[in-house]
Amino acid sequence: MQIYLPIAEVSVDAFLILGIGGVVGFLSGMFGVGGGFLITPLLFFIGVPPAVAVATGANQVVASSVSGVLAQLKRKAVDFRMGIVLFAGGMAGSAVGIWVFAWMKALGQIDLFVQLSYVLFLGLIGLMMLQESLRALLRSGKAGGAVRRGHTHSWVHGLPFKMKFRASGLYISVIPPLLVGAVVGFLAAIMGVGGGFIMVPAMIYLLGMPTKVVIGTSLFQIIFVSAFTTVMHAVTSQSVDMMLALLLIFGGVIGAQIGARVGVRLRAEQLRVLLSLLVLAVSLRIAADLLLRPDELYSVTAVSLP
Amino acid sequence: MTARLFIALAVSLGLLAATAHAQEAAPEAIVAGLSQSRVSITANFDGSEILVYGAVKRETPIPEGKLEVIVTVEGPSAPVVVRRKDRVAGIWINDAAVTVDSAPSFYSVVTTGPIDKILSHTENLRHSITIDRVIRAVGIASEAENSPTFIEALERVRGDEGRYRLSEGKVQLTDATLFRADVALPANLTEGGYKVRIFLLRGGKIVASQERLIGVRKEGLERAIFNLAQDRPLIYGLLSLLLAAVSGWAASAAFRFIRT
Repeated sequence: MQIYLPIAEVSVDAFLILGIGGVVGFLSGMFGVGGGFLITPLLFFIGVPPAVAVATGANQVVASSVSGVLAQLKRKAVDFRMGIVLFAGGMAGSAVGIWVFAWMKALGQIDLFVQLSYVLFLGLIGLMMLQESLRALLRSGKAGGAVRRGHTHSWVHGLPFKMKFRASGLYISVIPPLLVGAVVGFLAAIMGVGGGFIMVPAMIYLLGMPTKVVIGTSLFQIIFVSAFTTVMHAVTSQSVDMMLALLLIFGGVIGAQIGARVGVRLRAEQLRVLLSLLVLAVSLRIAADLLLRPDELYSVTAVSLP
Repeated sequence: MTARLFIALAVSLGLLAATAHAQEAAPEAIVAGLSQSRVSITANFDGSEILVYGAVKRETPIPEGKLEVIVTVEGPSAPVVVRRKDRVAGIWINDAAVTVDSAPSFYSVVTTGPIDKILSHTENLRHSITIDRVIRAVGIASEAENSPTFIEALERVRGDEGRYRLSEGKVQLTDATLFRADVALPANLTEGGYKVRIFLLRGGKIVASQERLIGVRKEGLERAIFNLAQDRPLIYGLLSLLLAAVSGWAASAAFRFIRT
């Protein structure tokens, strides 16, 4: 069933869009990532103009995150206090990121910059996560039971402005979460994604949060970051396609519900291995685009009339 | 709004009168019709086909030489940037770029025969019939070396997208009098006025021509969404968010309901 998208100005197969929304929603519910890093390249691939793909992708992320958070909320797996602290840092980082984005655009190499950041950050985080989670998986398999890492005291615990995060079972300074939020917000603005794939490992490895609350808290935070991005895009470039968003959302919210339930059945280590493989695959795909000779060397961009 | 419509109407009537006057002297004239004078883009729009048909009107016997017909359909034009990727430090990045002043978003040529046989070079120069004549690219030579390859690439890329088409021998001509041509419009249409031109040729020379306009416009829901996004961007953005939040909640609630 073909459907014409009013803002993107292309005709697409409605079931294909529903399918993309469903698959990305499934992953989003399972891993606690918004799915922006998957949905945007997939929309490019089916011929949606990049600006519309980025903006509409952000809108879809809001829906799947709301759906996911509600599923996590029932399991009391959302640390609201931590989410708000991360979001406060995220706003600051995002503001700087939008400014850098505009500056790179003026220099004329924003596409390359975005692609390189995808390869670099997705590749780095994917490798780190894969290595750590494989080791954990092997360890638990060998010992016959999961070896729980105790609370290790590091320099993080020596910082001032300590705050109690009851849901996470942490009593740490607000400075590390604020910084994590800021870095993620910065990268999110540059790469046009919610930042869940950076946020999740940062929460686990840098803040030491238990995996159980990480997904819900990450999704909670992503709702606000992507909502902010959606409105920004709608106001500055009118590039949010409601028709496309509706189809993606419809597929996405259902996928997210199923994903959240499947995620509960898998062990945390397995979940992390799968997420790291997914992140690595996307990174390699983008790297291949940069390294292999493209079939068509030329590209045509219509310049909108003033 | 109505005043502007009247002016547009008056201008087009004037143009019609002028072309009719010019054709009075010629021995052959075109009487043409279009299957539709407007194309509405609605939610289930999946391309469209317009039929251009007509007859040759004569007061005198049929002149010597074989009659040929060319029909062109041209979408709204806009400047475009053509970029070329080059390998720099091992990776493929956009390097050289050329800005073309004006290129149509859609261009289709339908003819009765091979275009280089039935159309003389001078007539093509004068009336800009083939796509390379329609694309206006002045002064691109200074922007990048080997600039003609960029224009070729533009024609190739848009040809692959189904935007630029040349269909030779697809105009049906009966008894050197009746003609018809089908022009397929792709699904990725741009809004605006589409110019339809009909040329009658004899021995490479154009003996008569006519021009018509087809309006392509978004309608219904597509129109409403597009207008809201343009006129009230903040409300549109907030509405999109509301839509997303409500759908997210509804899916969650629905699944909870199913489970219990």
